[in-house]
Amino acid sequence: MGTMGRKTGERIKNLCIFALPGCLVFGAVVIVPFLYGFYLTLTDWDGVRKVKNIVGFANYTAVFQDAGFWSSLGLTLKYVVISVVLVNAVAFLLAYALTNGLKGQNFFRTGFFTPNLIGGVVLGFIWQFVFSRVLVNFGESTGWGIFSSSWLADPNKAFWSLVIVTVWQLSGYMMLIYIAGFTGLSTDVLEAASIDGATGFQRMKSIILPLMVPSFVICLFFTLSRAFMVYDINLTLTGGEPYGTTKLVAMFVYEKAFTARNYGVGQAEALVLFIVVACISGLQIYLGKKKEVEA
Amino acid sequence: MARGSKVGGTKKRVLDATGFLAVTVLFVLYMIPFILVLLNSFKHKRDIITNPFSLVTKKGYTLENYAKAFDKMDFLKAFGNSFLITGLSTLLVVVLASMAAYYFTRAKDGFSKVFFALMSASMIIPFQAIMIPLVSIYGAQLQVLNHRATLIFMHTGFAMSMSVFIYQGFIKSGIPISLEEAAYLDGCTKLQTFFQVVFPLLKPTTATLVILNVLAFWNDYLLPSLVLGKKNLYTLPLSTYLFYGTYSADYGVIMAALVLTVAPILILYLFLQKQIIDGVVAGAVKS
Repeated sequence: MGTMGRKTGERIKNLCIFALPGCLVFGAVVIVPFLYGFYLTLTDWDGVRKVKNIVGFANYTAVFQDAGFWSSLGLTLKYVVISVVLVNAVAFLLAYALTNGLKGQNFFRTGFFTPNLIGGVVLGFIWQFVFSRVLVNFGESTGWGIFSSSWLADPNKAFWSLVIVTVWQLSGYMMLIYIAGFTGLSTDVLEAASIDGATGFQRMKSIILPLMVPSFVICLFFTLSRAFMVYDINLTLTGGEPYGTTKLVAMFVYEKAFTARNYGVGQAEALVLFIVVACISGLQIYLGKKKEVEA
Repeated sequence: MARGSKVGGTKKRVLDATGFLAVTVLFVLYMIPFILVLLNSFKHKRDIITNPFSLVTKKGYTLENYAKAFDKMDFLKAFGNSFLITGLSTLLVVVLASMAAYYFTRAKDGFSKVFFALMSASMIIPFQAIMIPLVSIYGAQLQVLNHRATLIFMHTGFAMSMSVFIYQGFIKSGIPISLEEAAYLDGCTKLQTFFQVVFPLLKPTTATLVILNVLAFWNDYLLPSLVLGKKNLYTLPLSTYLFYGTYSADYGVIMAALVLTVAPILILYLFLQKQIIDGVVAGAVKS
């Protein structure tokens, strides 16, 4: 039994000293609420009353009939797909440019990462100022129609401003992971390919991209889960406005429970979100592993 | 041939210059929001509305915005709360997670297997799937919301799985059992062996986890907003949020408040760039 005691009594003592405290905190904060959440979905609790009535599966029926929830989930999927693609494309190109011995590349890396040190609440406020004041002012002085009114007042442009801020923030983070991937590539293989006459494009397609698969898996997993759960930026940049058109699913669930005081339905919707995220992450890890083995 | 290689050299130099230019332009675009906030935090409201880009101002520059923001958002109080909560949560996570990971690696019993599996699996649960029952249990039933200790407890619990996971990987591959056995034979207790022999060897992993957890706790908004409802308990993100709602038309003051909020972490970044970047990469790659 390793080095944790040969006698049962000694091992239990060590278990209580080493593992139990951390496991108890984890259990009390993550596992118990998660399980209790299933029970909540079967009740009609409003967050205030002491009594909860068991309503069976009525809340789940309500979820299926809640058009607002499904359109919010749809919007979130659209946001996730666009953001994940753009973040990774920009990050990959940045990493490629900043591993070729460019002058001042460490300075650039440090700078591009900066938005990730700052909480989403503040980032959202910074960009709210940019979109609603700075760009409007820019539009007035240059006469460019696209900036003549605040992007945050137009449903479609408000959605794209969310995407822009997300790409601006996360691309610097993913860039670092791609840089780690590029740095780990064997220069021998790349040089051998060059000597054999491989062009830049061929090198990228047949050597670099396959070898970078592990980095892609990490970055996709990361951006996917971040984008699905985004709340802070949504709250402080658009606040779900105009007319509730940019309310992503995390904000929708929050409001369902805490603003509309419909805890049972809110929690049932949160569980639907959990299942979606779990399926996508599982599928993506599975595909990544498969691809890694093939490559 | 000599000529050919010279042409190749020029081509490469042109490509490099183009790359440098492209990266520089993008970099400036990335930095513009920060520059604008900083610039306008020193300007009067009228000047900001007339032209947020302009370096030339009619009414000159001022530090008044900072004085007002500092005072009105109760900066010192919020900073102190953030500091206390982030510091204690990080300390707790590092101690509890390293000890649990140590036990999991060395005693491969049923308890270890069950909890390690639970922690690994729990990493895909979105916070949104826990927050509602969390408020119900700790608020309606236990009535322990509105205490900094409750938030510290929750931060610790949520950070546990990732931290244990990263520690476990490092202990398994990097800490030879023979060292511990030697210490044990010298008469050290298990706890002494851990803190005097094993924990110091975990230093690189501890550094990574301190950085990841400090950033996460310091910047977190959603969990603190659910736990802390009283103004005097507010952390920096909470007080920034409240302040923005109250003063949203007073641009200069708002900008000053945003600068004040991000300053502590950016100053830290200035000194610990390499450690922070390495830590973030290590954390992402290992989990």
